[in-house]
Amino acid sequence: MAAPDAPAAARPQLPPARPKGRPPRRKGNSAALLLIAPSIVFMTLLFGWPMVSGILQAFGGPQGLTTANFTRMAQDPYFWSSVGNTLLLIVVMIPIQFVLALAMALLIRAKPRGSSAYFYIWAIPLAVSDLAAGLVWLTVFTDRGYLNSLLASFGLDPVSWLAYDNYPSMFGAVLIAEVWRATSLVFVIVVAGLQSIPKDYEEAAGVFGANFWSRLWHVTLPLLRPSLQTALILRTILAFQTFAVALALTGQNFPLVVGETYRWYTGLQDPNVASALALVVMAVSMVTAVGYLKLLRDQSEAPR
Amino acid sequence: MADISIKGLHKTYPGSTELATNNVSLDVAEGEFMVLLGPSGCGKTTLLRMVAGLDFPDEGSISIGGRDVTYLPPQDRNLSMVFQSYAVFPHRMVRTNIAFGLVMKKVHREEIERKVRWAADLLQLSPYLDRYPAQLSGGQRQRVAVARAIVMDADVLLMDEPLSNLDALLRLDFRAELKKIVQQLGSTTLYVTHDQVEAMSLSDRVAVMKKGQIAQLGSPITVYEEPADRFVGGFIGSPPMNFLDGRITQQGALEIGGQGTAAPEFLARAAARTGGTPVMVGIRAENIALAERGSEGSLDAAVEVVEPLGHATLLTVDLGGQTIKVQVPSTVRVSSGDKVGLRFDPAALRFFDMETQLGLTA
Repeated sequence: MAAPDAPAAARPQLPPARPKGRPPRRKGNSAALLLIAPSIVFMTLLFGWPMVSGILQAFGGPQGLTTANFTRMAQDPYFWSSVGNTLLLIVVMIPIQFVLALAMALLIRAKPRGSSAYFYIWAIPLAVSDLAAGLVWLTVFTDRGYLNSLLASFGLDPVSWLAYDNYPSMFGAVLIAEVWRATSLVFVIVVAGLQSIPKDYEEAAGVFGANFWSRLWHVTLPLLRPSLQTALILRTILAFQTFAVALALTGQNFPLVVGETYRWYTGLQDPNVASALALVVMAVSMVTAVGYLKLLRDQSEAPR
Repeated sequence: MADISIKGLHKTYPGSTELATNNVSLDVAEGEFMVLLGPSGCGKTTLLRMVAGLDFPDEGSISIGGRDVTYLPPQDRNLSMVFQSYAVFPHRMVRTNIAFGLVMKKVHREEIERKVRWAADLLQLSPYLDRYPAQLSGGQRQRVAVARAIVMDADVLLMDEPLSNLDALLRLDFRAELKKIVQQLGSTTLYVTHDQVEAMSLSDRVAVMKKGQIAQLGSPITVYEEPADRFVGGFIGSPPMNFLDGRITQQGALEIGGQGTAAPEFLARAAARTGGTPVMVGIRAENIALAERGSEGSLDAAVEVVEPLGHATLLTVDLGGQTIKVQVPSTVRVSSGDKVGLRFDPAALRFFDMETQLGLTA
């Protein structure tokens, strides 16, 4: 542990004439390096290296680097339908999740009787694995599942909710299962965000004549912006990766992009195209995150 | 503009057994500046929040301008308020902060523009209209909070310790400014503070609160000179009123620390009947003068501490075992350990019952 101290001890004797153009070394630089070393090693081994090898794999072929994997990916009949399904799911699901999460968080904040119990109940799906969630909802939507049993008890005909030719109900089933499974993440973030907003702001808005909706629109939502931004980025990126729920409910009938990655890797045994797909998902996620950050920038934090 | 009529307000916060306000009744006349004064936890903020509609009472009623508003939400009461934390919206520029209430009332755009300019001028905020609160100092944010409240032309203006977060110098400046502005507006004002100087300097009338009840209601001078009980006398004034254990003898003399001086007639008469009564004597530091030791009507005392304050000198003196504060002109030269005579201004003497601690008057 003497290493970081040695240069520090030597420094007072250094003459002022330093090599030109080099910024003076700041004190404690080596100590700082030592402190961040574990995370650098961690990031390099577990993120950097897999990512580089993934990218190499995506462009890899028998004769060196190639874009053939992307061509194969795009020519696959399932590819564009999986892209369409993923986008449709995101566009429909995210607004529903945010409205639900916000409503639940506001309810919790109003502190009705047993509000702390609601919090835990609503946060439970956070702990359920997506495959398990998919299987649970499969027992509801399958041909002899709970939903059809319920219909039968009312004397109605059963419906093949998950049949490949019944796209709307198939989409609906995946949507409901995903909303149930993943809204809790948004909910937890929004609850935390709401708790950090002093009550004074809303009280002031009320005194100055704002009703509930005006308070929500003019005060609460803007102040909640950082939390909403975080939740939106997380939720959208995770939504691009939706996979197990759709797989459990519909098999291949409702393909999603990450599901396709899985199919290319295990079913079709082509890790190169699978990597290409994964790369596309990553690129889209990054573009989305940056887009959100730009779009939702907080003006009151703008440079002074 | 409108009067406020508060009747028999009871309020207990959930999870607490103590009454936050205990049967409080208060009438604030139209255009009056009423200050609620008291130590923390006396219920003054609770009372203000109930008038604002931010809390609801368990019992009692509040009416503003003759309209019962007891259980109306704040937005339906036509009032405006300055919060202790300012509660200036951080995501809105100064301009839109000030305009907030007017926008909510759907006032015409040009009218909003005009009023915002007027308030910004009045509070010297014009250069900052297009800034965000994070770019302002505490004093400027405070001004925004006041500007936002005064553009409303509300029936009632409520202020919850608006100056408490400012530093001492700013507070002094802004106090006078606030008084001027409120006088110009002429609006009915309910103002909460724990600072007795603020209360004295701003108010038309002061309601001194203690443990959820109003201990005394009156003009600042009355409350200062004629405290209704020992609590009020001890709370108002800096230094607070001196309290001395005394006795009215059967002969009609006031005896403090074994020395006698004249007692007021109404007490002397009562004492003559009962054969002498113990009494608590209250006197303010500035109503005690130094006198020749042993001269007629003076009480012997010893100086313990001398604190020059600039405009006056504050002495802590020992009077027959009881410690009191005496304020003398700064030209008087005394030092600790000096033996002095004290002469009480007989007109300024106040008497309190030993048990109830309530003021005794003729």
